[in-house]
Amino acid sequence: MRELTFSEALREALHEEMERDETIFVIGEDVITHGGPYKVTDGIAERFPERIFETPIAEAGIMGVGVGAAMAGMNPVVEIMYMDFVTCAMDEVVNQAAKMRYMTGGQASVPMVIRLPCGVGRLLAAQHSQIMESWFMHVPGLQVVVPSTPGDAKGLLKSAIRSPDPVLFFEYKRIYTSRGEVPDGEHTIPLGQAKICREGEDATVVAIGPMVQKSLEAAVLLEDDGYDVEVVDARSLSPLDTETICESVSRTGHAVVCGEDSSFAGAASEIAAMIGENCFGDLKGPVVRVGSPHVPMPFSSELVKHVVPEVPDITDAVSRAMT
Amino acid sequence: MDLSPELGKKMYRDMWRIRLFEEEANRQTSLGSVVGALHMYCGEEAVAVGVCGNLRDDDYVLGTHRSHGHCLAKGAESHRMMAELFGKATGTCAGKGGSMHIADFSLNMLGANGIVGAGIAPATGAALASKLRGTDQVSVCFFGDGAAARGTFHEGIGLGALWKLPVVYVCENNQYQQWVPRMNVAVLDSVADMAGSYAIPGVSVNGQDLVEVYEVAGEAVARARRGEGPTLIEARTYRFYGHSLGDEEQYRSSEEVEEMRTNHDPITTFRSTMMDQGWLTEEEDAQIQNEVRDEITEAVRFADESPFPTPDNVTTDVLAPGQEVA
Ligand SMILES: Cc1ncc(C[n+]2csc(CCOP(=O)(O)OP(=O)(O)O)c2C)c(N)n1
Ligand SMILES: [Mg+2]
Repeated sequence: MRELTFSEALREALHEEMERDETIFVIGEDVITHGGPYKVTDGIAERFPERIFETPIAEAGIMGVGVGAAMAGMNPVVEIMYMDFVTCAMDEVVNQAAKMRYMTGGQASVPMVIRLPCGVGRLLAAQHSQIMESWFMHVPGLQVVVPSTPGDAKGLLKSAIRSPDPVLFFEYKRIYTSRGEVPDGEHTIPLGQAKICREGEDATVVAIGPMVQKSLEAAVLLEDDGYDVEVVDARSLSPLDTETICESVSRTGHAVVCGEDSSFAGAASEIAAMIGENCFGDLKGPVVRVGSPHVPMPFSSELVKHVVPEVPDITDAVSRAMT
Repeated sequence: MDLSPELGKKMYRDMWRIRLFEEEANRQTSLGSVVGALHMYCGEEAVAVGVCGNLRDDDYVLGTHRSHGHCLAKGAESHRMMAELFGKATGTCAGKGGSMHIADFSLNMLGANGIVGAGIAPATGAALASKLRGTDQVSVCFFGDGAAARGTFHEGIGLGALWKLPVVYVCENNQYQQWVPRMNVAVLDSVADMAGSYAIPGVSVNGQDLVEVYEVAGEAVARARRGEGPTLIEARTYRFYGHSLGDEEQYRSSEEVEEMRTNHDPITTFRSTMMDQGWLTEEEDAQIQNEVRDEITEAVRFADESPFPTPDNVTTDVLAPGQEVA
């Protein structure tokens, strides 16, 4: 199969969806110039000039416009340049987009996708490196999706766009240039489905975003220690595929949950709690989380390397879970 | 001109400190010593220096992602700033902030900021604090033209105007917002015109002309200190470099940049003014530039030789010392 980068896969999904459905439009800062900050919106201005809006720096306005247009029958794809700035539009996401359907007794539909480039990239410190998946998992009415490969990026973005409800779409900046196989043409992945990326018998590692690739690398190293590790890509954090995760953990009897965000009250914590509750009888050891310490992202590379979790943190965690 | 020769010389030197500090920092990125974002202020020096020339040590300044100039003009030490850009423990923020978050609370420089428009309401808050404490300290907030589209601009200035707080809002209108020409995404060219909505004075100045900036800011600062409320100043300016490192600058022509560098360099303009006034000789000019060059060389040496922060620093400063981090 042909290979694309993560951002090329997202761009292909956007182009295909915009071709299919005229209600879809793109809105965000710098989305036209240079093809957007991450080249994801490249070519859209040429192909669909009426359906792309380069905006002033006004996140609350951008998000609110998205919510209103969605309630009035459009399908906006909102790009927030760095996910950190979504905090400037929290009312629009949390009080408006998320709650409209419920508050209106099912009348409203807010089919919008909020694309959130996140995580550490170039060293940009505390206000340009956040992840915050769990903030949005906590809000009923929102869906939270985190692709880890180019193929999933395409399939999940297409499904997110077709969803009748708001989707927070997390794009880890660090993997925009990673390459992988991407099916040509129609390719969708239902929201709420985890994926078993590697089968194993001794322990389950549930991973989020770039931690999936690192977990696969850790699994290879752990073979030397005689551990046969299964790796599950959560892919969708809300709704969460409890079935796939619990089936795997019940089979292996050990669980490690890896996220790049702080594990304190993070996405990994929710998954770990869910495993503890549902798989208690099958667990042969503690459920161990891997994540960053509960600190803002520092600037100095010498500090950053002690914050972002890496492969050795996963191998250590598996060893701890197994003993 | 109500400028003294001494202050003129100091401001002339400060413009060179900013220019040479940044050019050196930019050079250090290619050597790999400076990492992350570097939003160059070169070309806009007259704004920071002209405004801060009116400030007392105890006045407050809040900045933007493009704040090396604001920090240096407020008196920050170039060697500690350079160390910060190097990510060293001796940096102004102990290596935790980097270029976008330089702050020096000993100078009441309350911080650069990575979030566009984030300083406006806090500057208003610092002004409220001066009023509550009964001091006559003034707050100055620098921000870009892009920030004028944010809600924080309207809400922050609205409160400052409502309570007649001692604050000066300084918009650096460099006509671009990252890669987008301002007028592609704005309906009003002049940010000063927005002052009418808050019933405060709005003044547009040529930000390439230090004397003009100095005089207009002088009036605004005096007005704030007298308790007569805020002023919104728009300095029409231009950045000589791209938005940040690695900017391909396809959105503007090299002719435009050349024209600004050649004919509207604030340092060249002010040098002529100083010489015309008889306040600066060729020898003094050369001496100032040499001294600043030495200062910057020393800053790099200091940054280079300083240690990196150690791993135990990861969890410090999240809360006050003695508080537990989860
Ligand atoms: C709230 C927010 N939105 C977007 C950004 C990304 N961003 C950083 S600088 C910038 C352009 C700012 O333009 P302007 O305010 O005119 O300042 P200039 O860079 O021209 O000095 C943008 C969009 C940000 N840092 N914060
Ligand atoms: Mg600007």
